[in-house]
Amino acid sequence: MEKRVVFKNKVLPYLLVTPQIIVTLVFFIWPASQALYQSVLRQDPFGLFTRFVGLKNFIYIFTDPKYLHSIKITVIFSFSVAAISMSIALLLALMADRAVRSATVYKTLIIWPYAVAPVVAGVLWFFLFNPTVGVIVIYLKVLGVEWNHTLNGTQAMVLVIIAAAWREISYNFLFFLAGLQAIPKSFIEAAAIDGASPVRRFWSIIFPLLSPTTFFLIVVNIVYAFFDTFGVIHAITGGGPNYATDILVYKVYRDGFLNLDLGGSAAQSVILMIIVISLTVVQFRYIERKVHYA
Amino acid sequence: MMVEHRPGLTFITHAALILGMMVLAFPIYVTFVASTHTLEEIASQFPLLPGRHLIENYAKALTLGPRDVGTTVGTMMLNSLIMAVGITFGKITISLIAAYAIVYFRFPFRMLFFWLIFITLMLPVEVRILPTYKVAADLKLLNSYPGLIFPLIASATATFLFRQFFMTVPDELCEAVRIDGGGPIRFFIDILLPMSRTSIAALFVILFIYGWNQYLWPLLITTDEGYYTVLIGIKRMLDVGEGQAEWHIIMASTMLAMIPPVLIVIFMQKQFVRGMTETEK
Amino acid sequence: MADVGLRQVYKKFGKIEVIHGVTCDIKDGEFVVILGPSGCGKSTLLRLVAGLEDVTAGEVLIDGKVVNQLEPAARDIAMVFQNYALYPHMSVYKNMAYGLKIRGMAKAEIEKRVFQAAKILELTELLERKPRELSGGQRQRVAMGRCIVREPKVFLFDEPLSNLDAKLRVQMRLEIRKLHEDLKVTSIYVTHDQVEAMTLGDRLIVMDNGYAAQIGTPLDVYERPANIFVAGFIGSPSMNFLDARMSHDGKAVEISGLANLELPGEGLPGHRGREVILGIRPEHFEQVSEEQARILLIVEHAEILGADTLVYGHLGENGSLLTLRLPSVRHLQKGQTLPLYAHAKDLHVFEKEHGRRL
Repeated sequence: MEKRVVFKNKVLPYLLVTPQIIVTLVFFIWPASQALYQSVLRQDPFGLFTRFVGLKNFIYIFTDPKYLHSIKITVIFSFSVAAISMSIALLLALMADRAVRSATVYKTLIIWPYAVAPVVAGVLWFFLFNPTVGVIVIYLKVLGVEWNHTLNGTQAMVLVIIAAAWREISYNFLFFLAGLQAIPKSFIEAAAIDGASPVRRFWSIIFPLLSPTTFFLIVVNIVYAFFDTFGVIHAITGGGPNYATDILVYKVYRDGFLNLDLGGSAAQSVILMIIVISLTVVQFRYIERKVHYA
Repeated sequence: MMVEHRPGLTFITHAALILGMMVLAFPIYVTFVASTHTLEEIASQFPLLPGRHLIENYAKALTLGPRDVGTTVGTMMLNSLIMAVGITFGKITISLIAAYAIVYFRFPFRMLFFWLIFITLMLPVEVRILPTYKVAADLKLLNSYPGLIFPLIASATATFLFRQFFMTVPDELCEAVRIDGGGPIRFFIDILLPMSRTSIAALFVILFIYGWNQYLWPLLITTDEGYYTVLIGIKRMLDVGEGQAEWHIIMASTMLAMIPPVLIVIFMQKQFVRGMTETEK
Repeated sequence: MADVGLRQVYKKFGKIEVIHGVTCDIKDGEFVVILGPSGCGKSTLLRLVAGLEDVTAGEVLIDGKVVNQLEPAARDIAMVFQNYALYPHMSVYKNMAYGLKIRGMAKAEIEKRVFQAAKILELTELLERKPRELSGGQRQRVAMGRCIVREPKVFLFDEPLSNLDAKLRVQMRLEIRKLHEDLKVTSIYVTHDQVEAMTLGDRLIVMDNGYAAQIGTPLDVYERPANIFVAGFIGSPSMNFLDARMSHDGKAVEISGLANLELPGEGLPGHRGREVILGIRPEHFEQVSEEQARILLIVEHAEILGADTLVYGHLGENGSLLTLRLPSVRHLQKGQTLPLYAHAKDLHVFEKEHGRRL
């Protein structure tokens, strides 16, 4: 934590640290505290006066079926995205790890989707599944499946999950590959000599040794699904049809910006804040432990 | 990690990887194909091979722009570029000097500042959109480049990365500079900065992609089409309703929007990977 | 070139005092070695002279001026670090030129000095290389080159040879010695290695837990150690210490009936009958005939090194363990009795309480 050698200047450090502190205060701390503050206020419909209502906004939210529905949707969404993208990524990482020589080439070709913005991912998959001109829709018709995610809520959910997971596969792949390459070969070889088949080896050795990476990725994926996927939803479904894909972060946006429900939106923001903070704390604690363990 | 030599397994390995790559690349391929045809060709029988209207479509997107968006893709790309570069440079600069102050100096409130910066890790822009918007509006930053850039440049990840790196720099280098006659600024510019080159490069890649791909915040803060970023523009193009979407232009614009970040990832892959793995510690 | 003065220098880190009142006057052109085991404060002392740490009490003088308040850059000193501290992204030339560049020296002058130093240190072919392309010895020389070009008043060395292998160390030792003879700059050199200290130093400051245990020439420190610590630290294998008692007339030392050794001259009349500690270096024992012997050693074990033989044994049945160094090859059996003699002038007598020399 501490360096032995320090400079003795008194004024310089303040000058150096000021820009970041200012931006942090103005654009982080102040708005966050505003959100906290507004979450315990309620405005009247004409915006003429506000009054302190304590936790009423929160109670209202948690009894609002729309909000509870949104929670459900978000949970389904995030776990699906995490599960799908992580399993595919793990599979690809395992394969890439074996193909030692061409690993770099595969790596390049698999990680670039990460450079694509979530909203663009949404646009791409929207195009593929567009009820009128989408390529996949045409083939689905051949198979006898009618696809219209603008009407069918389940299909909409499937589509956004695919779009969100598509991009995350790259990220997970990168970390799984690094994790796999960090496993000492001697473990694998010992197991092989003991007669374990590749499948067996995977479950008893590789998977447990990958667990720190896996845990880390689960948290990151969930955070991603909760927050970074705004663009996906906005591009493809706008929360619909009929709120079928109304994840929490999208609801905050809609209630706040489109419906101008300041108190409710603020309360929702606060809840999201708590979620992020908890996830981050969990992650840090775990990483601390992992570092000591290693 | 091939312990046995089973040719069957090798074949499956490569097959799986190639299949994986194709699945990942599929959407892009389709998009590219669509961007080279006319609208009629797309609507009628969906083509699977590139057409012959590449130049025409891209030129139209860049110079005329799509029908209902009110600005050209060219302008929007420029806006995205300014925003991405601004965020990248902004973050790297203020994080470098803040990390330097925290590691190499002792001053009152040092730890307080450290924790303040740390907190920002836990507050992505999505959880504070309304109040941040209000602050930006109060500061008259709506529809402006500073408004696109400033709220996004305080980043704890960059500061942490630099801090980690600075901690590994041997103390003797600093002492040697002191003896050679240099003060803290000399040390920073002549020694620390050049040594930080690789970290800066890695961050540059990550932050540029992050900046370019920003969506929610630019969406909120720009109502004037002249300031739309290309991502906003693309989404707007989808809003026009079913039969009227100019798919060929949309796809051309999408391809254009993807090019800068994808190119950077491919050509600066090493730095990208390094940046990813280091910022997650 | 200047003299360096340390006047009652104390240093505390927080509540812990690590340097207790060191005083020493180093003359212009002198090469002084600060010697001691790990943790004795020798590096700290050097850093106080350099200005990298602040003195808690006392004064540091360079060239007659008190420099306590001055930053290292203002003290006109140059330092070679244990890890060389070469700027990794700069070429050898730039490394050496850096200090001069930031002082605003003219390019032509810088070039002249760097080339000159490079010539002395045989670095001329390496000037464009980066530190990571150099061997340990080469980096060492670049570090010294960086000091030379500054033409400072004082050279400071912080264990510069500890990271080199044995053979290189010997070579570099000679180079440092030669450099000093050529340039005659006041130098302060820190090490834990006695051989370096004895061969390089005009004078030594032997440090023990923050105290200057003895300040003197290498020969002084070897022949007349001021206390048990210095006596035991200098010399390898280290000096033997035996519990003993002064004889009634103060002229001889007795070791519980097993030996009786005469002291030179009048002995120590003021301490007759006193319990003391007797020190004899392993190399000061002589194998003699039975009649001449004053000490009888029962051999435990002998190590034949070729040029010498190290003998380990007991004084009497359960007496103290002694180590001897006898010249050339001796074949000795376990249990054999060895008659020994030690000259009066080679005996060191220390008081029991604080270990000071009598």
